[in-house]
Amino acid sequence: MKYVDEFRDPRLARSLVDDIAKRVTRPWVLMEICGGQTHTLVRYGFDELLPKQIELVHGPGCPVCVTPLEIVDKAISLASRRDVIFVSYGDMLRVPGSTTDLFRVKAAGGDIRVVYTPVEAVKIAQANPARSVVFFGVGFETTAPAHAMAILQAKRLGVTNFYLLASHVLVPPAIETLLESAKNRVQGFIAPGHVCTVVGFQQYEELAGRYHVPIVVGGFEPTDLLEAIRELVIQLEDGRAEVVNQYARSVSRTGNLAAQHAVEQVFEICDRRWRGIGPIPQSGMRIRPEFAQFDAERVFGLEGSGAEEPSECIAADVLMGIRKPMDCPAFGRQCTPESPLGAPMVSSEGACAAYYRYRRHGVEAGMKG
Amino acid sequence: MCLAVPGKILTIDDAAGLRQARVQFGGITRVASLELVPEAEVGDYVLVHVGFAISRIDEKEAMQTLADLETMARLADELGPEEAGQEGQ
Amino acid sequence: MAKRPEFDGVLTCPMPVGVHDRIVLGHGSGGKLSAELIEQIFLPAFNNSALNQLNDQAIVDFPGKQLAFTTDSFVVKPLFFPGGDIGSLAVHGTVNDLAMGGAQPLYMSAAFILEEGLEIETLRRVVQSLQRAAIEAGVTIVTGDTKVVEKGHGDGLFINTTGIGTVQRGLTLSADQAVPGDRVILSGPLGDHGIAILAQREGLEFETTIQSDSAPLHTLARAMLDAAPVGAIRCMRDPTRGGLSSTANEIAAKSRVGITLEESCIAVREEVRGACELLGLDPMYVANEGKLVAIVDPCVAGAVLAAMQQHVYGREARIIGTVTESNPGTVVMRTAFGTTRIVDMLPGDQLPRIC
Repeated sequence: MKYVDEFRDPRLARSLVDDIAKRVTRPWVLMEICGGQTHTLVRYGFDELLPKQIELVHGPGCPVCVTPLEIVDKAISLASRRDVIFVSYGDMLRVPGSTTDLFRVKAAGGDIRVVYTPVEAVKIAQANPARSVVFFGVGFETTAPAHAMAILQAKRLGVTNFYLLASHVLVPPAIETLLESAKNRVQGFIAPGHVCTVVGFQQYEELAGRYHVPIVVGGFEPTDLLEAIRELVIQLEDGRAEVVNQYARSVSRTGNLAAQHAVEQVFEICDRRWRGIGPIPQSGMRIRPEFAQFDAERVFGLEGSGAEEPSECIAADVLMGIRKPMDCPAFGRQCTPESPLGAPMVSSEGACAAYYRYRRHGVEAGMKG
Repeated sequence: MCLAVPGKILTIDDAAGLRQARVQFGGITRVASLELVPEAEVGDYVLVHVGFAISRIDEKEAMQTLADLETMARLADELGPEEAGQEGQ
Repeated sequence: MAKRPEFDGVLTCPMPVGVHDRIVLGHGSGGKLSAELIEQIFLPAFNNSALNQLNDQAIVDFPGKQLAFTTDSFVVKPLFFPGGDIGSLAVHGTVNDLAMGGAQPLYMSAAFILEEGLEIETLRRVVQSLQRAAIEAGVTIVTGDTKVVEKGHGDGLFINTTGIGTVQRGLTLSADQAVPGDRVILSGPLGDHGIAILAQREGLEFETTIQSDSAPLHTLARAMLDAAPVGAIRCMRDPTRGGLSSTANEIAAKSRVGITLEESCIAVREEVRGACELLGLDPMYVANEGKLVAIVDPCVAGAVLAAMQQHVYGREARIIGTVTESNPGTVVMRTAFGTTRIVDMLPGDQLPRIC
C-alpha cells in the first residue's frame, strides 16, 4: 500500500535505531500521546529495538479510555431504550460502564449498530424516521470535524431524528496538566500526527517554549515514530526544546482550515472530566446551543451519575505515563480484556490492552526460528 | 487514536452538493467525503479518517522523508560489518 | 441395507410450492405443507436412495473403519456473499471439520431453521448451492429436518449439520501432538472470508472483488497425508472464527508448547490488507473458510509443502513458523523488524476501530 509500506521498511527502521543508539548518552523519558502510536510501538516491539536508556511512556491519547464513566453510562441508558437506534464506532462497545457495557446491552436486545463513519448514522436516521438515532461521537480533534459534518449534513437534509452524544477531548490541555504535575517525568513528546493534521501544531509551540520540552509531531508508521524519537533525542542531548514536524506529508503548521471551521461552527470548548484523570479545564468540546436539537444529552435530559472507577484501576497514573500497566496490581489478574476494570484495558489503543495483548510477560530474548 | 489511512482518489462526484470520492486503499475501494479537503483531485492521495478525507498527502514531503531515511540507511550500510552484525535474526 | 446412495446428477427446478412464495409457520408443522416443502425443494435437490425413503434416520453402509463424526451450525449473514452462501458454507464447514481429522467425508445431515416470511426462492437457491457443494465434495445429504420460527426470531435461515466420515485406523491427528521443532504450515492467504462478509455489512460496506475462500479441503488433507508417514503430520486445523490466532493458541495450549510465527511468511491479499488497514483489523483474527494449518515433523515439511502446492487449494501454501519449547502455551510473532510480540486470543469478536 502506497504511503504505508515504505514507512514500514525494516532496513530504514534499523538504520534509524542504530543512529539513535549512537546519539544517546544518558536516560531519557519520552511520551507518545496518541493511542494509535502506542499501538505501533507495541505491535512492532519497539522496546526491543531501542537502546535501554530510552524509556517510552504512553500518554492519554486514547479518547475511548478517557471518555468519562458518566458518558458511558448515558450511552448505555440511551442504547437500552426501545425507541432508540444507538450507533457507535466499534471501539466503544466493550468499555465498561458502572454496571454493564454496550456489548451486553446489545446481547440483551438493544438496537446497537457499529459503523465506520458517522455519515452512516445519518443514513440510518433517514431510513428509520419513527425512531431516534443517537450517534456516540467519541474522539479527539481528529474526529470532531466528522461529527460536526454529520450534524451539518443532518441539518441540511432536514433530518430531525439524528442526535449526537458527544464526548470530545482536546490534547494540549492534557499535556499541560501533565507538565504541571510534580510527578511528571516526561522530557520529550511525540505529538499526535492526525490530531495535528486537523489543528496544525501552533499550539504546541507555546507549550514547548513555556515548559522547555521538545515536541515532535509524529506519524504512525514505524519509521515515522523512530524519526520522531531520533529528533527528540537529538534535541534533548543538545538541550533544545523546539517543535519539529516529522509528519510533513500530512501536517502543516496551521492544519486543515476547512475542518477547523466545521468544528467551530458546531462545537464550543468546555471543561471536561477525563476518565481516570479527573477534570481538566477547557479540554472538551460540546455542541453549541444553536444545534441543541441534535444534542442527545439535552434532548434526552440525561442526568449525570457521578460514577467512580474501581479503586484498583490505576488508569490515571497509566494514562499520564506515571506508571506502566505492569505496575498495576490488577494487571492480568482481576483486570484483563475479558473483564476489564478500566478503559485502558478495553480499548485496543489503551496502554493496558496493548501491553496485555502483545507482551504480557517477558518473551525469551534471542528466540530463533 | 485516529486511525487514518492513505488512499488514492479514483473518481469524484459532486451529487447533491456534497463532494465525495471513491478512494482506493490497497485493493478495496470506499466512498469518502472530500468536504474537508475540497481541493483534492482525481489521482491525489488523501488521508481518510472515519469516512472523511482530512488531508492531501504531500507527495514531495513524502518523497523527501523517504529520501532522508534512505540516505541514512545507505550510510549505515557503507559503514560495514560493525552495523551489519547487528541485523536482527 | 441400502448401498451407498446413488445420486443421479440431475438438479431439477421444481414448480413453485403450492401457491406459497414465502415460508409460513405451517411449513414447519409436519403436515401437508412440510411434506410439500420436502417434495418440492429438498428431495429434488439432494435426491438419493437413502434420503428418498424419508425415514427418521438413514441406514448407510460403513466399510470397517474408524468413524469420524462432527456437528456444526451455520448462521452467516448475509445469506449470499461473494464466493458462496450459507448452503455451500454448510457443506465446506462440515467437510473440513471431518477432513482436519484425516477423515474421508461421506454423509451429512442438514437441518433447516426457517423464519416465517422467508422467500421460498431463497431457500431453493440455498439448497441447490448446498447440493452443488456436496457433489463437489463427494458427500451425500442423507437426512434432514425443517422447523419454522415466527417472523422476527430467526434471521432468515439457519442450518445445522452433522457430518460422518471414515478414518483409517492408526491415524490420529490432534491438537495435543505438536512437539518442539515441528513446522507450522499455512495453506494460503489469510482473511478472505471474513473480509468478503464484512464488505457486505451495513455500516461498513466497501467495494471489493474479494471472494470468500470457502472450499472443501479433504482432498488437500488427503494429499498431505499421502506425502508423509503416519504420525508425521501431528495436527490439522481450519482457522475459521477467531482466525489463525485462535487456532495457533489452541494448539499451543493443548500441546503445551510455544509457537513462533514469522510475520513476513504469512500472506494476506492486497485487498484484505486494505480492508484491515481501513477498519483497524488484524488479519490474524479474521475468519477463513478454505484454509488449513498443519503441524508437521520438520523432516517431512518440505514434502508436505510440495504436495500442497500441487493442489488447487494449496498453491500458496507456506511454512510460517515453528513449534518451540520456550513460552509454552503462547504464540509469538516475529515481526519483519526482528522483534517479537505475543499473539493473544481475543475475548470476543474483533470489532472495527477508529482509534
